[in-house]
Amino acid sequence: MLVSMNWIKEYVDLSGLDCEALIHQFTLSTAEVEDIIYKGRDLSGVIVARIVSVENHPNSKKLHLLKIDTGSDIRDCVCGAPNVREGMTVAFATAGGSVGGMEIRTAMVGGYESQGMCCSEAELGISADHSGLMELPDDLTLGTDIKTLFAIEDTIFEVDNKSLTNRPDLWGHYGIAREFAALTGRALKPVDVADCSAYKDLPAVAIESKEDELLYRYTSVKLANIKTKVSPINMRIRLFYCGVRAINLLTDLTNYIMLELGQPMHAFDLRRVSSVCVRRFADPFEFQTLDGTMRAIDQNTLMICTGDTPVAIAGVMGGLDSEIEDDTDSCLIESANFDGVSVRKTSSRLGLRTDASMRYEKVLDPELTIVAAARFIKLATEIDSGVEVISSVTDCYVRHYDKITIDFDKAFVDRYTGIDLPVSRIENTLTALGFGVRCDGVNFSVDVPSWRATKDVTIRADIIEEITRIYGYDNFTIETTESALSPVRPSVAASDEDEIKTLLVERFGLHEIHSYLWCDAKKWKEMGIAIEDNVRIVNSINPEQVCLRNSMIPTLLASVNDNKLYAPEFGIFEIAKVIDGLKADGTCNERKRLGIALFSRTTSEKALFFRLRDTLAALSRSLRHEIFVFASGEVTHAWQHPKNTASVSFGGAELGFMSTLHPLNLNKIDKKAAIVFAEIDLDTLSELDGKEIAYNAPSKFPGIDIDLTFAVGKDVPYATLESAWKSLDCEFLAEVGLVGIYEEEAQNSVTVRFTFVSDEKTLSRAEVTPFVDQIIAAIAEKGISVKQ
Amino acid sequence: MTTKLTEIRAEFEARLAALSDLDALEQVRIAFLGKKGSVTELLKDLKNVSGEEKRVLGQEINLLKRECEERIAATVQDLKAKELERMVNSAESYDITLPADLSTGSYHPITMVRKELVQIFASMGFIVEDYFEVTDDYHCFEALNIPKNHPARDMQDTFYLDNGQLLKTHTSAAQNAIMRKYGAPVRAIFPGRCFRNESIDACHENTFFQMEGIMIDENISISNLIYFMKTMLSEVFRKDIKVRLRPGFFPFVEPGFELDISCLICGGDGCPSCKNSGWLELCPCGMIHPNVLTAGGIDTDKYTGFAFGLGLTRLAMMKYGIKDIRDLNSGSLKTLTQFHK
Repeated sequence: MLVSMNWIKEYVDLSGLDCEALIHQFTLSTAEVEDIIYKGRDLSGVIVARIVSVENHPNSKKLHLLKIDTGSDIRDCVCGAPNVREGMTVAFATAGGSVGGMEIRTAMVGGYESQGMCCSEAELGISADHSGLMELPDDLTLGTDIKTLFAIEDTIFEVDNKSLTNRPDLWGHYGIAREFAALTGRALKPVDVADCSAYKDLPAVAIESKEDELLYRYTSVKLANIKTKVSPINMRIRLFYCGVRAINLLTDLTNYIMLELGQPMHAFDLRRVSSVCVRRFADPFEFQTLDGTMRAIDQNTLMICTGDTPVAIAGVMGGLDSEIEDDTDSCLIESANFDGVSVRKTSSRLGLRTDASMRYEKVLDPELTIVAAARFIKLATEIDSGVEVISSVTDCYVRHYDKITIDFDKAFVDRYTGIDLPVSRIENTLTALGFGVRCDGVNFSVDVPSWRATKDVTIRADIIEEITRIYGYDNFTIETTESALSPVRPSVAASDEDEIKTLLVERFGLHEIHSYLWCDAKKWKEMGIAIEDNVRIVNSINPEQVCLRNSMIPTLLASVNDNKLYAPEFGIFEIAKVIDGLKADGTCNERKRLGIALFSRTTSEKALFFRLRDTLAALSRSLRHEIFVFASGEVTHAWQHPKNTASVSFGGAELGFMSTLHPLNLNKIDKKAAIVFAEIDLDTLSELDGKEIAYNAPSKFPGIDIDLTFAVGKDVPYATLESAWKSLDCEFLAEVGLVGIYEEEAQNSVTVRFTFVSDEKTLSRAEVTPFVDQIIAAIAEKGISVKQ
Repeated sequence: MTTKLTEIRAEFEARLAALSDLDALEQVRIAFLGKKGSVTELLKDLKNVSGEEKRVLGQEINLLKRECEERIAATVQDLKAKELERMVNSAESYDITLPADLSTGSYHPITMVRKELVQIFASMGFIVEDYFEVTDDYHCFEALNIPKNHPARDMQDTFYLDNGQLLKTHTSAAQNAIMRKYGAPVRAIFPGRCFRNESIDACHENTFFQMEGIMIDENISISNLIYFMKTMLSEVFRKDIKVRLRPGFFPFVEPGFELDISCLICGGDGCPSCKNSGWLELCPCGMIHPNVLTAGGIDTDKYTGFAFGLGLTRLAMMKYGIKDIRDLNSGSLKTLTQFHK
């Protein structure tokens, strides 16, 4: 919102104060000022002058040669404006002055000397009108600097609208002036309004409300005999500086009062609208707003009607048929208060946000309607003394807000602020902001003014804000708390996550990436991955990104696919959420998962597979001092390789899987590469305890290594061998390790080393032989023979 | 016999001079001092000599034997030294200036910033909490004093799910759960991923990280809030940061503030990054609204508290000079592999 300091100064005397410093203070105490614009500073040496003669330029069809009376002499001027006329009073920029920052000099134009320039309103910077010269009233003294006649110099500041969302009272200059009054300790002057009681005996305006839930108040008055069509120059300048285009007196007045008081108004042509009915319509229809657009009206749209004819969309925009026209000389004024939510919904449904709807959305003070109507009468009759008020100021007050009184004591303020604000300061601040304050020296009882009581100020904490913001947060002494500190230990989940990242990055050289929570239909398709049914986003703006992911792997694969030219070999991982369907109560089964994917064009798939397996095993040992259990697993996703999918479990709980990529998908990504991946559920893991480090003092005696080579069928997993000796209770057997696997045609030779150690003596071969025989026998039971 | 002795000494010297390795030396030792060595043989022959001659000869032979032993020991030293010298001289000299192999992995920049923040806050006694990405209307809005029809809900472009839940739009959504879990007093931070249903460009992401913090106790005041924010942010940016509070409207705090910090680039003098104001808008904060405390089961007569929200994504971008927010979720290794410890 654009704010004129000239306007503010009409309501609060700021003389002797630094304007820029005040605006800065406004940012710190009230709302953010985004920009300060100094108007009129680039204009000088422009005086009132009269065109005494007009001649055509011999060499140009557009230019004219003018003689200009400046009051002290006659000057030559070459002018291209179409509306030049003998006797016209104009704004004349003299040589040596400046217009729009451009210096005016005596210059030759088309072979003739021009000693200055006649200005349009746009050139003067006071409107967008550049169609011709600005025509000044004829009664002005020639030679007068126009800056002394009109309010061209002004300081305009732009307040960020977002920072005003909770302050309906700041959507007009008067409310902002109140803030300046509170900040400076100076008095806020009252608004100059007409005395409405003077018209109480005139006939009332017929106002009917059929929507008592959506209409708070409707105030109306009829005016007639309006002859003035164009608003005074200063009013037009002010409107322009505040971003509103001047149109005609009646429309300009409604806008002017909206900018001044924050109360939107509407002027209907009395010939079209002479009574008011506020209602909705059951059946949809089209309605043409005054911008010429046809709008779809539905059963929720609150409409202003005269009789059964709709004439305006309440709180949003008037209708084209009832707008003020050139020959309008009487009008019906609307100064109303509608339900904010209803206006917001209508405005957003229609995609039509207006100055009025923006204000109504903020939930305006209904007390304003009558003030605005009285202000309208005051200004209209001042500008055009012939204007007649032909109705009473009719007030249909449907819904009132509750009066709010807030009680608190000084101790509450002290506790909440942490500083010692004097009682007098609290009293003065609240009074300056319009609160009714009663105080016995300790206890306060404050009445919230109507303009803050629609939703903004309701509780004690709101009062704290009022007091402290005006006091200034920069003035606070700051202190630490007296709260007790207790040690903070990271949760298992947090330390797991931290350690996994450190290990994967520092030891295994993987790169951490971030991806999205949803499937990307386009990227999935490229890789031949079908999206599995899962929870969906209902309002995604991207139709390709609707279904939430139920696994980390496809997002990681998409990233592998994107990065496949980055290096011949790389590994990536991510710890993030997946939605594994719905839980029994219908809510999302949100799981935190670790996903890892390895890509290589230089390492075999088998080697890559075992590298990943070893990575997981190392993670497991670091996190829990125990190794995950890997076993051949079932395929649960189409992109897993049917033969090389393994389950990963721990402590009997299923943690996830690792797998090589199905050739169908591999061919789409890179048929010459190997890709393996794993997914581990960290929520499950975080609930599982591991082992503590179990320390065994090493034996002082040497051990005996016995290597046995078994002839093992190609389909028999190593785990089968392992289960044989694990079931035995072999004293002295300290360690078992795989020495090597030698692949032969029919079967594999698997060499395993058994290490026997005693804490008490050096074992002899003979002492371990019975155990070796036990092992051989146990393995023989699995159908595996030992090779000699 | 004396002649023989002289011959043996000469021969020993000659053979010693001729050899160049320890094996040859050992051969020499055996040839002269071994059981059948010529010096040993001489000593054996002594039994054939008698009287004064035997005594003199015996002394001379023993002298020779000692001489040989000493000469051999010295030669061993000499040969070993020469061998070491040869090893040193023949060794390859490595080129230390060859490029270093830095092929370790990399962390996501959010992880790095998050880790740093967590350490700072943990050192100040803040619990670090995790929270869901999928939540519901109650936790994301209702419990935060954002009732239905409140414009703040329009401001948040929320992803709604077909099961009636939604993706959290801000980490404040965790406030209620944390108050319920710990009660008061409590000080906690909760970093997390947030979602907004909006188009993506260099400055906007639909998926980004925030970090919320709350501190609730008896007598927590605005003065405390300013102190903590200033202290924390000075730690975060590792220099003394000036902070400034402006009124800001967020339904879940009252009073609510926009917190600005002195511009990190110009230090407050004004530059293009701070639009010449000298200040950067950094984080919303405020005193927790009594309705929010009540919803969290906290007695508002006894307790007050403050809350703040830091944009983790924004902090990471500020810290590393990342201009395009899309780089963070791109998964591009060209970008991400640059972030090491």
